[in-house]
Amino acid sequence: MDPLGVVLVAAGAAALLFLPFVVFKSNRIVPGNPCTLAQVLPAWGAFGCAAALALAGGGALWATNARVRLLLALLGVVAVGAAAAAAGDALTPPGDRIVRIAPGGAFWVLIVCLGLLATDATTRMRPKPAVRVLFLALSLAVVGLALARGTFDHLSVMREYAVNATRFAHEARRHLELAFGSLAAAVVIALPLGVLCHRKPRLKPGILGTLNVIQTIPAIALFGILMAPLGALAAAVPLAERLGIRGIGAAPAVVALFLYSLLPIVANTAAGLKRVSRAAVEAAHGMGMTDLQVLAGVELPLALPVILTGIRVVLVQNIGMVTVAALIGGGGLGAFVFQGIGQTAIDLVLLGAIPIVTLAFAAALVLDALVEVLDVRETRQP
Amino acid sequence: MPRAATVLRLGALALLIAFLAKPQSFAPLFAPLAQYGAPPIYDQGNLLSLALAQLGTVCLAAAASTLVAVGLGVLVTRPSGAQFLPLSRTLVNIGQTFPPVAVLAVAVPLVGFGEKPTLIALFAYGLLPIFENTLVGLKTVPGAVLEAASGMGMSARQRLLAVELPLAMPLILEGVRLSLVINVGTATIGSTVAAKGLGEVIIAGLLSSNTAFILQGGLVTGLMAILLYDGMAALERRLLRSVALD
Amino acid sequence: MITVEKLTKRYGETTVVDEVSFTVERGSITVIVGTSGSGKSTLLRMINRLIEPSSGRVLLDGRDTRSEPAHLLRRRIGYVIQGHGLFPHRTVAENIATVPRLLGWQEARIEARVRELLTVFSLDPAVYAQALPHQLSGGQQQRVGVARALAAEPVVLLMDEPFGALDPIIRAKAQDDLLDIQGRFGTTVVLVTHDMDEAFRLGDRVAVMSGGKLLQYDRPAELLVHPADPFVSRMTGLAERAMRLLSLITAGEAALPGAAEGPAVAPTATLREVLSELVWSGADAARVVDADGTVRGRLTVAAILARGAP
Repeated sequence: MDPLGVVLVAAGAAALLFLPFVVFKSNRIVPGNPCTLAQVLPAWGAFGCAAALALAGGGALWATNARVRLLLALLGVVAVGAAAAAAGDALTPPGDRIVRIAPGGAFWVLIVCLGLLATDATTRMRPKPAVRVLFLALSLAVVGLALARGTFDHLSVMREYAVNATRFAHEARRHLELAFGSLAAAVVIALPLGVLCHRKPRLKPGILGTLNVIQTIPAIALFGILMAPLGALAAAVPLAERLGIRGIGAAPAVVALFLYSLLPIVANTAAGLKRVSRAAVEAAHGMGMTDLQVLAGVELPLALPVILTGIRVVLVQNIGMVTVAALIGGGGLGAFVFQGIGQTAIDLVLLGAIPIVTLAFAAALVLDALVEVLDVRETRQP
Repeated sequence: MPRAATVLRLGALALLIAFLAKPQSFAPLFAPLAQYGAPPIYDQGNLLSLALAQLGTVCLAAAASTLVAVGLGVLVTRPSGAQFLPLSRTLVNIGQTFPPVAVLAVAVPLVGFGEKPTLIALFAYGLLPIFENTLVGLKTVPGAVLEAASGMGMSARQRLLAVELPLAMPLILEGVRLSLVINVGTATIGSTVAAKGLGEVIIAGLLSSNTAFILQGGLVTGLMAILLYDGMAALERRLLRSVALD
Repeated sequence: MITVEKLTKRYGETTVVDEVSFTVERGSITVIVGTSGSGKSTLLRMINRLIEPSSGRVLLDGRDTRSEPAHLLRRRIGYVIQGHGLFPHRTVAENIATVPRLLGWQEARIEARVRELLTVFSLDPAVYAQALPHQLSGGQQQRVGVARALAAEPVVLLMDEPFGALDPIIRAKAQDDLLDIQGRFGTTVVLVTHDMDEAFRLGDRVAVMSGGKLLQYDRPAELLVHPADPFVSRMTGLAERAMRLLSLITAGEAALPGAAEGPAVAPTATLREVLSELVWSGADAARVVDADGTVRGRLTVAAILARGAP
C-alpha cells in the first residue's frame, strides 16, 4: 500500500466523519450550523459523491500508475466541487440573498488531500514544461467555465463576489498593474545594475549591501515612509501630481515594490553573468565582437535562465506584497482581505486571498517552465 | 575592513538599545516629521515591550518551524521516507508562492485575533527556507564520508547525529537565518490582526499620517532584522570553521 | 607577414613580456613554447590586441595593428582557444557564421562557407549544422572551434593551447588536420603550447619563451643543434635531442641513391620511425618506396645515425 495514500485517505475520511461539509449561516456574520454531506444532498447525490471519493481513495491506496492516480484525484475534486455547489443550491431558499452557505472543514480538508494526491501524481509523471503550463491552463479554464456558468453562485464566497463584482474587476486589474508595473520598472533598472556588479566587482558588495538593507525594512513601514516624500514631491511639482504621483494611493506602493524587486534581479543577473563560460566570452572578444555585442549576443542570453529565476522570485513576491498596499489606499485585492479582517467576514477575506494565491501560483508555474525550457540547452555544457 | 564592519554593527546595536530604552531623548530628531503638534515619539505603548513582543513571536515561530522543517527534512532523506521526497519538494515550491498576508487572513477566522494567527503565518512561511536548506545540506554530505561512517560501525542513528546533521548544520542555520529575517519584517503585518508588535506603531502612524511613527516602527524593525542576520551569519562562520567545510 | 617589434607588457612592477621581437613569414606555422607563466599567452593576445601592449608594436603586412579599432582588427584574425569557447546557445552553423555575420556577408555566401568548412573538417552538414555544441564529442567541438576561427578567411590564425583539452589520440588527429588545413588555405598560424613534441611536430619555426623573454626563435633543428641558452636545451630535452632531430627529417629527404634489401618505408616517414623499424626487424638498411611502388632510394643505419649527430 502507498504510504502517502494511507495518510491522505485517513485524513480525508476523518474530516468527512467529524467535520462539517458545509456551514449554513442565516446571514453573513452569525456563526453557522454545521451540515454533513448526507444532510444536504439527496441520497443519490451523496452516494455518488461518496463513491467518487471512495474511488479516489482506492486509487491513492493501491494504484501504482501515476496517470490513474491523477485521474482519480481529479474525479474526486470534481465530485467535491459539484457536491458543494449542489449543497449551496439545495440549502438556499429560492430568491434568498441573505443566507450564506460556506464550505466547511471537511470540504477544505478533502480539497487539500485531493490536491496533494494530484500534485504527487503529477510530480511522479515528470511532465515537460509545456505540458505543465497546458495543464494549468486547462484547470483554470474548467474552473473559470464553472464560475461563469454560475455553478457556485450559491456559495458564500461567490455571494460576496456578486455584491462586489464591479469593484472586484477593478481591484484585480489594479493588483496586476501594481505587481507587473513595479516588476517592469525594476527590470529596467536592475539589469544594468547587475551588469555593473559583474563588470566592476569592487562595486558589488556596496550595491548588494544597500539593496539587502532595503529588504529588511518591513513592507508597511516602507510604504509609509515613502508617503511623505512623494506627497511633498506632488505638492512641489504640479506635473508630478498630474502624472498620478501622490502621497497616498498607488505611487508609494509602486516605489516600495520596485525597491524590493531590485535585489533578486540584480543579484541573479550578476550570478548569471558569472556562470557564463569564460572561454565563450573570450572567444567572442577574440573574434572581434564589440563589448555590447558580447553582452547582448553571448553573456545575457547565457545568463537568461538565472535572471529569469530572479524575476520569478520578484513576481511571486510582488503579487503577495501588493496585498499590503491596500493598507495605504493603494488598492488591489488586498482591499478585500483587510476589509474582511475588519468585518470578521471570512468570505470577503477569501474573495481576496484565493485569487492572490492562484495568481502567485500560476506566475510561479509559468516562469518555472520558461526557465526550464531555456536552461535545458545550456546547462548540459560538456 | 572587517574591523570597520564590527564597529558599525556594535554602533547599530547600541543605537537600537538606546532608542528602545530612552525613546524620548530622540524626540528632537523625529520632531520635524510629526506635523500639527502630533507627538514625535510613539506614546500609546512602550516601544521596548513592543519590540520584545515582536522578537518573541518571531523567535517562537522560528523555533517551531526549525523543529518541524528539520524533522521533515531528516524524515524524507531516510530510506523509509524517500517516497515523500519529490512531493515535499513540490510542496515547498508551492508553499513559497503563498503570500504571508493571505495565510494570516485565513488563519484569523480559525483561531481568532491576536498573536495566534501571526504565529501560524510566520510558522508556515518560515518552514520553507529551513526545509529546503536542510534537504540540500543532508543531500550534499559526501558519499565517501557516509560510507566511512557506516564502515566504522556507526548505526544509522549515530551516523545522522554524529555525521550528517553536523555537516549539514551551516546550511540549516542559513535557512533559519533567512526565515528569521523574513519573519521579523512580516511580523509587523500581524498588527493588522491585533498581534502585539512594532506594526502597531507603523499602523498608528499610517492612521494619523504621522511619518515619525512610521519611521520609528520601520527603522527599529529593520535594525532588528539586520542585527539578527549579522549575528546568525557570524555564528554560521564559526560553525563553518569548526566543520572545516567550504 | 607578422612583425613583432620590442613588444612589452607590464602589470605594475612585473614585466610579463619583455621587449620581444620576431617575424612570422606568410603561410608558415610559428609555435611559441614555454612553461606556464612564461608570457607566451600574453604575447599571443597582444597580436590581436585582446591585451594592449605597454610598449612596442605589431605590424600585420606592414601595417600597425593600432591603426584600426581593436574589434575590427580581430575580425580579420582567426582565434582558437583551449576548451574551444563555442557559444552553447547557438547551433554549430550559427557558431561558425559568427564572424561572417559581424562582417555583414550575404546569407547565401555565409551558408556556402559554413557547408564548405563543415565538409573540410569531415562533419556532415546535414547532421551537424543544426546541432548544439553540447551534442558533439570533444574532438568535434574542437574542430568546430577551428572552423569558426577560419570562417571569414582570415590571413592569420592565432591558437592558444588549442589541443590542450584533448586526449592523446584525438590530439594527434587534430594536429594532422591542422597541418592539412594550413596547407590547403595557406593561412599564417601562430600557436602557443607548453608541449615540446607538439612544437616540433607543427612548427616551421619555434619561439622559446621564459620569464617574459624570447630566448630563441629558430627552425626546430637549430634549437636542437645550436641552443642559444641552457634553458632552451632543457626545454628541448637533452636526453632525447638526437631522436628529436631524427624526427624532423623525412625518409624522402634523406634517402641515398640505389637499391637495398630490407623493409619498405614511405618517403613521408621520419628517420626516427625508420630507425625504429630497422632496430625492430634487425635489418641494416631500408627501402624508401612511394605509394605507387617506385623505389626512391635506400637508408642505412649508419646514414641515419649520421643525421642524428649535430
